[in-house]
Amino acid sequence: MKSNPSYMQEFTKGILKENPVLVALLGMCPVLGVTAFIFNGVGMGLAATAVLIASNLVISLLRSFIPPQVRIPCFIVVIATFVTIIEMVLNAFQPVLYEALGVFVPLIVVNCVILGRAEAFASKNSPLRSVLDGLGTGIGFTLALFLLAAVREIFGQGTILGPDPDTIIHLFGENFEPMALFAQPPGAFIALGLLLAGVNVIYKRFNIK
Amino acid sequence: MEKLLSIFFIYIFVDNFVLMRFFGICPFLGVSRKMETAIGMSMAVVFVMTMATLVTWLIYTFVLVPFGLTYLQIVTFILVIASLVQLVEIVLRKISPTLYQGLGIFLPLITTNCAVMAVALLAVRQQFSLLESVVFAVGASLGFALALVIMAGIRERLELAEMPDVLRGSAVTLITAGILSMAFLGFKGIITL
Repeated sequence: MKSNPSYMQEFTKGILKENPVLVALLGMCPVLGVTAFIFNGVGMGLAATAVLIASNLVISLLRSFIPPQVRIPCFIVVIATFVTIIEMVLNAFQPVLYEALGVFVPLIVVNCVILGRAEAFASKNSPLRSVLDGLGTGIGFTLALFLLAAVREIFGQGTILGPDPDTIIHLFGENFEPMALFAQPPGAFIALGLLLAGVNVIYKRFNIK
Repeated sequence: MEKLLSIFFIYIFVDNFVLMRFFGICPFLGVSRKMETAIGMSMAVVFVMTMATLVTWLIYTFVLVPFGLTYLQIVTFILVIASLVQLVEIVLRKISPTLYQGLGIFLPLITTNCAVMAVALLAVRQQFSLLESVVFAVGASLGFALALVIMAGIRERLELAEMPDVLRGSAVTLITAGILSMAFLGFKGIITL
């Protein structure tokens, strides 16, 4: 008989031990696609977290009513509905972020993290646990996005809080030549590869997993 | 005609959807271990992407827009894609059980392949005509196939190479993808729309 993990554990496991990007390697497309700037990366992370919590909650509430044979299409419809809502909310209240994220906002619907948590967790657990799981996983996702975006923006452009000219902060002086590779597509791949290698080193050293 | 040819070649090389735009990374990392699965997955994606773009373009233009239902775009598009993948699965199980086994979990995962959804969305967002959208889908999927096959060829050899343990697996694959991406950057500006 498995012992029930505490509520705290449901929440924290998504951040480190089962981090969706750094450990399970899910949801890679937005991680590479929107992390040229920290603002965009964190914005995407929060939007995806909102969808994840909402869809986890609804799917958990409906879990006894959804027939197993059609469960995946059902999950997809629930997730797509919340993505549509988030898209409208972003378009209305954060148009700068909405423009910057572009087509990656509707692509939250095919984010393997959200469908994965729905299938693996929300369809089998209580609403409270599902919300905590969604929150933890979403924070882990946002954390990974933040780490990659930080590397890419600080080294690749020498700024933080760009690209909005009202908030941008140049960290280094006039003569700083940023490593422009990190701002380009190849840099995203290489930075993420090195980040994953670094995460492997840290996890091994501190025996997380 | 010139525009169609441009679209076709741009999305294979210049604006490669995997290496330049980061779509379809999950299958790119997951299926590129062996050449056979890579080729099988590529063919499935070419078929699904082209059919999906065709059907979603028709539904968008003749149902969603006239009836003012454009807010249903995300829901309808993803359901069309999910159904098409189901169809491919059924057909493949009949025609080639070995390929079906080889693809395993990755076949239903084409549903969550961002590349397919991205192409369907971008075709209507960039206001391509029906013919342009189909050429766009074929080009983009062939670009995906190209990247996937190249990566599979490289990875088969990387398996046998010596490297630090922490790099093995996804880290070195991503760094390799970065170098491939740099190579493809060389195509930039060769053809423009």
